[in-house]
Amino acid sequence: MAEKTPNKKNKVSRRDFLGDAAKGVCGAGLFGLALGSVVAEAEGKLPADAIRPPGATAEADFLSACVRCGLCVRDCPYDTLSLADMGSSVVSGTPLFVARTIPCEMCDDIPCVVACPTGALDKSLTNIDDAKMGIAVLVGHETCLNFQGLRCDVCYRVCPLIEEAITLERSANERTGKHAIFIPTIHSDKCTGCGKCEHACVLEKTAIRVLPERIALGELGAHYRWGWVEKGNKGESLIEGQGIIDLPDRGYNPEPSGFPEKSATGGYKGFKP
Amino acid sequence: MSKMQNPGAAAVEQKGWLAAHKWLILRRLSQILFIAAFLVGPLTGFWLVKGTLASSMTLNVLPLTDPFIFLQSLVTGHVMETNAIIGAVIVAAAYFLLGGRVFCSWVCPVNIISDTASWLRRKLGWKKTGVRLDRSTALWTMGAVFVTSALTGTIAWEFVNPVTMLHRAIVFGAFASVGLVSGALFLIELVGGDRIWCSRLCPVGAFYGLLGKVSILKVSASKRKACNDCMDCYAVCPESHVISPALKGEKDNRGPIILSGDCTNCGRCLDVCSEDVFEFSLRTRNKLDDVRPNEGSAEDGTQRAA
Repeated sequence: MAEKTPNKKNKVSRRDFLGDAAKGVCGAGLFGLALGSVVAEAEGKLPADAIRPPGATAEADFLSACVRCGLCVRDCPYDTLSLADMGSSVVSGTPLFVARTIPCEMCDDIPCVVACPTGALDKSLTNIDDAKMGIAVLVGHETCLNFQGLRCDVCYRVCPLIEEAITLERSANERTGKHAIFIPTIHSDKCTGCGKCEHACVLEKTAIRVLPERIALGELGAHYRWGWVEKGNKGESLIEGQGIIDLPDRGYNPEPSGFPEKSATGGYKGFKP
Repeated sequence: MSKMQNPGAAAVEQKGWLAAHKWLILRRLSQILFIAAFLVGPLTGFWLVKGTLASSMTLNVLPLTDPFIFLQSLVTGHVMETNAIIGAVIVAAAYFLLGGRVFCSWVCPVNIISDTASWLRRKLGWKKTGVRLDRSTALWTMGAVFVTSALTGTIAWEFVNPVTMLHRAIVFGAFASVGLVSGALFLIELVGGDRIWCSRLCPVGAFYGLLGKVSILKVSASKRKACNDCMDCYAVCPESHVISPALKGEKDNRGPIILSGDCTNCGRCLDVCSEDVFEFSLRTRNKLDDVRPNEGSAEDGTQRAA
């Protein structure tokens, strides 16, 4: 069957050797390309509502470390975490949670991170308040009850970092003309992305969602400066007295005293387009 | 031909059914154990073993990690936590002692599928049908996995590895996935070619095969003088090319040990041999002196194949 005489076996001609090596390299190259494209395709498709466990490193680093053993899932006392099943849009076998279903309860001892043997969940996270699983974003401005001037406040009340991660910012209710609106406002430096707010939102579909940081946050251009911050840092205007030509302002030109009157057409007086 | 479809009949006659299936039964028990141990926790709440074959924790003290996965992670530039490193060393050491591809035949859940497909191929007389690939193919696959891991910065094989997918799906109760993965593998192994996945493509097997080139526990054809050339061992062996150098090594002054890393130490050759030619032995016992003298001649010539 597979019997060959040892002589025949040991004698490999140069042509055979080069031929076999070329076949091997080409085959392995093709296979590598196929596998690489599977990896690349799967890598970039972490959906916005799949939140990684606390301490998860950035997605690219995460996939170099996570072996999909599920030890974090097993040690989660609230069954928050699960492993992505095949065919779901998350890389199969990797851990995630869906905040609207079961949010992270932010255990003090962070058992999921402790259980991780690979470093995919970073052990340097020892205070759960420093976790950055995502950032809550108030997406439903048109449906959020507080946004309409009602006092729902549920997201604010359930936040483990109440008054830090979510505050209620007051503004005028122009609809009634006399009440206040308390707008739930998330502070990204404090929000851990635990998803308690998303879970608790009383609407049929939540108006507040935890999103991955890459989606949730805007980013200034590197050259951009807030003038008032720079002014505060320096103690004076950065450009004053440097001979910079101050061009005449065009457009809205408020009256020197008080608020401009409305014109008959609904615009403001003194506004020249 | 009918003999090739039913190897081991002589052994059953000679030794009895149980003795002629001893290693097969032990192996199936071992494979079931490696699934059952992980299911004790989720089913009873007593966490004997947590995790999957990729990485696990037994009774909160013994960490085990698949060294192949560990190395893929390493080539991306990531160094795992101490527990995973210890686990990978323990697993590698175990397979160094017990035989590299012992993983394939005693642990891997895919083996049951592969054995079933191969058994059916034998019964259907399909032994030689399907795609034929060179034995080195799996080594190339393994090489490509490492290169892809390094280039993409991910543990590349885990995106498609049916071994861990199947085990994980069983342990975490994803039954649709269990059906999908095992069904696909069964069809590949049944129609694609003989042992096409397990011995020609799977990079996990290739990796453990490399370990098997130096591992200690080996099958020895120590009573090869009693061989009656019935060919049953060739028919039943998942890597039949490994047998000849040891069994027929007399004329080239080779020792009786099956040295090839491709051998999975499954022990089927021990089962099906009516003359008990094979036994488990150590790599070091490979001198000509280790071949046992023939105790009594091969009884009857009627069993001799051509």
